[in-house]
Amino acid sequence: MDALLHQFFNLDIMARALPLVLQGLQQTVLLCLIVIPLGLIGGLIFALASLSSSLSVRWGMIVAIDFFRAVPPLVLLIFIYSGLPFAGIRLSPLAAVALAFFLNTSSYYGEIYRAGIESVGRGQWDAARSTGLSAFHTLASVVLPQAIRNVLPDLVSNTVEVVKLTSIASVVALPELLYSADMARSLTFNASPIVLAAAIYLVMLWPVVRLISRLERRMAS
Amino acid sequence: MNAFLETFFKPNLIAQYLPSILRGVVTTIEIAFAVVVTGLVLGLLLAIIRSFQIKPVNALIVIFVDMFRALPPLVIVLLVYFGLPNVGISIPSFAVLWLVLSLVLAAFAEEIFWAGILSVPKGQWEAARSTGLTFLATLGYIVLPQAVRLTVPPITNRTVAITKNTALGMVIGVPEILNQATSAQSFSGNATPLMMGALAYIVLFIPVVALGRFLETRFAWRRG
Repeated sequence: MDALLHQFFNLDIMARALPLVLQGLQQTVLLCLIVIPLGLIGGLIFALASLSSSLSVRWGMIVAIDFFRAVPPLVLLIFIYSGLPFAGIRLSPLAAVALAFFLNTSSYYGEIYRAGIESVGRGQWDAARSTGLSAFHTLASVVLPQAIRNVLPDLVSNTVEVVKLTSIASVVALPELLYSADMARSLTFNASPIVLAAAIYLVMLWPVVRLISRLERRMAS
Repeated sequence: MNAFLETFFKPNLIAQYLPSILRGVVTTIEIAFAVVVTGLVLGLLLAIIRSFQIKPVNALIVIFVDMFRALPPLVIVLLVYFGLPNVGISIPSFAVLWLVLSLVLAAFAEEIFWAGILSVPKGQWEAARSTGLTFLATLGYIVLPQAVRLTVPPITNRTVAITKNTALGMVIGVPEILNQATSAQSFSGNATPLMMGALAYIVLFIPVVALGRFLETRFAWRRG
């Protein structure tokens, strides 16, 4: 029991690791501020393309989305970070992470938006267009607000997944939360810094996970 | 074009590293299969236990589920892999990966199965119980068949997403596809093995992703 406490909940070591871990947290927050908006915007573009009236655009997009949903994000990231340099394309860890996340999360967000847009009846489009609204206006002021409301729990839940996914940036040595905690672990030979990082993830994400459960239950009833 | 082929599809490297990539494919399939079975069975079991509505037990289930939904899998993997040996418990890396991913899948599956159970109207419970069926018989013959049907698409998608995390095994040295591909890449100084690894994942997972898409349209959640 003592060994367990010493190994996982060593307050001394946590206190020493705290500054490094907080630096990592700052990077994680920064990373989220880059990749979440990128995914939300990319997803909308992916969704609109996958609903395009042109058959080739529609199918091309659906194949691309399934492709990026089939490749594990870590594989995509490593391919971009350490495979592309062989072809002369050398990206910094941050740029590689941003590109990999853009492709992966836009595909997931795209599918969610698409389900939302499809849940809004066709009649709404026709009615809005017949009152003289432009296609863009119909989408932005009539269809999307309802679509987003219908899939809000899925959008929030995918955002939690994106925040969790930022932890794989540690593999390409981007000094985010997990990377800093693991660095502290290897310096102290003690797992407490990772427990500290886990606690930080929990504090950030637990309330959101609770919120998702509540939203989902409200949608179901 | 030739330079591109030399970098990503070099024939002699493909021949040389195909066996090790295929060994990685076998490892990935083994772990993925074990994770899917353990995770889904455990998740369903937890959802069934939850339906007995024993307050302290349910609180524990919710805490377990929330924790494993909120923590990044890689954090749990590193915690278990580097933490446990120091307290005298040493388990092989593939077992760490299997255990962690199974628990993560169980947490998500419990939540989905539970939502499915809740979606069956109360009247069905009452009607079944009033005909003399026991609680378990009602759950097994009336509620679960309807609940599970509703949960097929979300469970499929979630299972695919979590199974893909077997690639995290690379970080702790499990000899799965990505691990084989990255070590072959550093031996050969060429991106061909990495391309082979990525293609292996696509061949493995595109069919299940497409299946998920098909199921989504077949069994779509009906929303008001």
